[in-house]
Amino acid sequence: MDKGVGMVFQEQSLIGNLTVMENIFLGFERQFVKFGIVDWKKMAAAARYQLAKVKLSIDPKMVTSKLSFAQRQLVELAKVLTLEERVHGDLVILLDEPTSVLAKEEVQLLFKLVRELRSRASFIFVSHRLDEVLELSDRVYVMKDGEVVDHVETSVATAESIQHKMVGHDINKEYYREEKQFAYDPAKVLVELDAISLAGKYKDISLSLHAGEVLTLVGTEGSGREAIIRTIFGMQKPQSGSVTVKGRKITTYSADAAVANGIGYIPRERKIEGIVAGMSVYENLTLSQMGRYSRFGFLRIGDEKALAREWIKKLSIKASSEYADCGNLSGGNQQKVVLSKWRSGGSDIILLDHPTRGLDIGAKEDVYEMVRAMSADGVGIILIADTLEEAIGLSHTIAVIKDGEIQKRFDGKPGHKPSLFDLIHYMI
Amino acid sequence: MGAATGARRAGMFFSLVNPNFMSLRNFARIGISMTLPPLMVAVGVTFIIIMGSIDLSMEGAVAVCAVVFAAIFMWLGGTLASWAWLALPACIVVGALYGLLNGLVHVKLRIPSFMASLSMGFVGIGLSLLMTGGDRIRVEDKIFRSLLTERYFGFPLMVHVALLVILIAWFIQSRTAIGRNFYAVGGGEELAHASGLDVKRVRVLGFMLAGVFYALGALFAVAQIGIAETATGYNFMFVSITSVVVGGTALWGGNGGVWNTLVGVLIVNVINNGMIVMGLPRYLQDGVLGLLVILAGRPVDGSQIPRIREVSGPCLS
Repeated sequence: MDKGVGMVFQEQSLIGNLTVMENIFLGFERQFVKFGIVDWKKMAAAARYQLAKVKLSIDPKMVTSKLSFAQRQLVELAKVLTLEERVHGDLVILLDEPTSVLAKEEVQLLFKLVRELRSRASFIFVSHRLDEVLELSDRVYVMKDGEVVDHVETSVATAESIQHKMVGHDINKEYYREEKQFAYDPAKVLVELDAISLAGKYKDISLSLHAGEVLTLVGTEGSGREAIIRTIFGMQKPQSGSVTVKGRKITTYSADAAVANGIGYIPRERKIEGIVAGMSVYENLTLSQMGRYSRFGFLRIGDEKALAREWIKKLSIKASSEYADCGNLSGGNQQKVVLSKWRSGGSDIILLDHPTRGLDIGAKEDVYEMVRAMSADGVGIILIADTLEEAIGLSHTIAVIKDGEIQKRFDGKPGHKPSLFDLIHYMI
Repeated sequence: MGAATGARRAGMFFSLVNPNFMSLRNFARIGISMTLPPLMVAVGVTFIIIMGSIDLSMEGAVAVCAVVFAAIFMWLGGTLASWAWLALPACIVVGALYGLLNGLVHVKLRIPSFMASLSMGFVGIGLSLLMTGGDRIRVEDKIFRSLLTERYFGFPLMVHVALLVILIAWFIQSRTAIGRNFYAVGGGEELAHASGLDVKRVRVLGFMLAGVFYALGALFAVAQIGIAETATGYNFMFVSITSVVVGGTALWGGNGGVWNTLVGVLIVNVINNGMIVMGLPRYLQDGVLGLLVILAGRPVDGSQIPRIREVSGPCLS
């Protein structure tokens, strides 16, 4: 901040229970302090001056939580603009997905303001909405997998050309391994989502998952795909619509009910929601099936260990024994433990959230192999893939989600795979 | 167990400072007079700390259990040779109910466990004061007091009973589904939840189980001094939690266990007795124990500290 770099965050960084002026000068109150006492009048006046820069006429003594999202966004901008008084030289302001919480008119208001403020500061604008990028910016840097692929002047760029740059070169068809994909059984429906909606997360989602099908939800971070998965696992109740699992409509939304229905969830945060570090392989395996591995509350540890040995062999988990601490296994082997936890318990609906995140190439191949094997066994899989290539290669069906709504469905059967460009076109 | 050598070293240190320390009489005092009731309480609270929660209600719980036991015992005849033996199971049931209530306040009202149990502890103190009117209830039954007076293999009967209780606690910890669940909840609440575990139920059961052990602590305390009163559980909270932490059970949950607690209780008592024998003033003794908790309770490596959870979460630690 001392160098004149300010940031407006996507997740708002204002403190709700403080007033607007306290937020604006948070950490820099000293300029208003005399003999240890804050001169509130002076602070309010200074805050009004800052708010005028963003054309916001609100009382600086208002509590921040009472403001609308759009107003808060502007207050945040005003807070960043206090840098003008504190720093000599040019200002750089980062706008990280500032439009994701705003309505259309509010976005226009923000853009108008940003254009006017260009005389005061330079802006770096991060967004997944391509039309906004083209509208607001002078130059576009296209990034892919952590690297800058290209940069173009907006005046000569089109949505198409940028999308092509995001796709990059066409990848090898071999990667998909289409010949290894099995056809699913369209007669047997496992999960049926009927027009479920949850405000701020997803809207009017209808999907069905069949036995042996790999259904991939594709979308940007925060597009609502995670929330959909959590709803199917019973962790978030939809406000309207219904979820039907194996012909029975879900009435109680809870994780234990979902597990009882044969749903297994492999979360993105392996360390937090996947395995218990400090517990052995066999203890982790039976965590979701305590009832089956205990009698009158007493554990059947012999059976637990036998189960662990069986699955260590089946998935060739690299662990010294069934006693090995799961926290010491490699990421790929931890993932195998999580998978066998659900499969050994007989789950036939598996929700995979970024199953290959943080794994090396070999471990990723193992995970793909397991997904294909489960599909061949008639397990229904809903996948949020780490990369689009993964999504295309593994799935039978792809649903592209943007801002909580399904934009497009692709049939991903071998031979009719959509291209990366097709997906990106609907994602942003 | 590294802590066991710690206890021995502390013992050696105090025998250097005061040669009388390791005398047999002193050893017996360490073993009997102070250790057993807080040991029972410490074993109970171990389960709760493994879950990543904390229970501060033990002083109130012990007082209520002790007073209810003594009242029923005296009312039904005042000797174990009569129907008064029913007071023993009654005391255990009261402890379980107390823990159940404690757990329900914590889980259902979504109050953090330290606050819920602290308040429940005060309620217990108040309740026992109400029942006794500030008086002491004397329990002088010879058969009941034989827990202290009868000796087998050189140790009072109490010590053998306590050992049996610890074995049962160890069995619960390592051989039952609920014991496994305590570790799962403490190791990762989100994970336990994502594995389909009913985390709230596990928590309530944990507090209930702890209540049973508090009741045992109350019985031991009454057998020891022959009196049940509001102050029966005095100082049990600090001693028991100190012992659990010194024994190596992490306050953020997921590891440790009953044996750790046993060793912790021994260490704390060796140090306590050592300080008494050395003639340290009372206020210094408390200060030393406080420092001990800070030293034992600090995270060994930063990665073990869990994220601070939001108060609005589905379940509170």
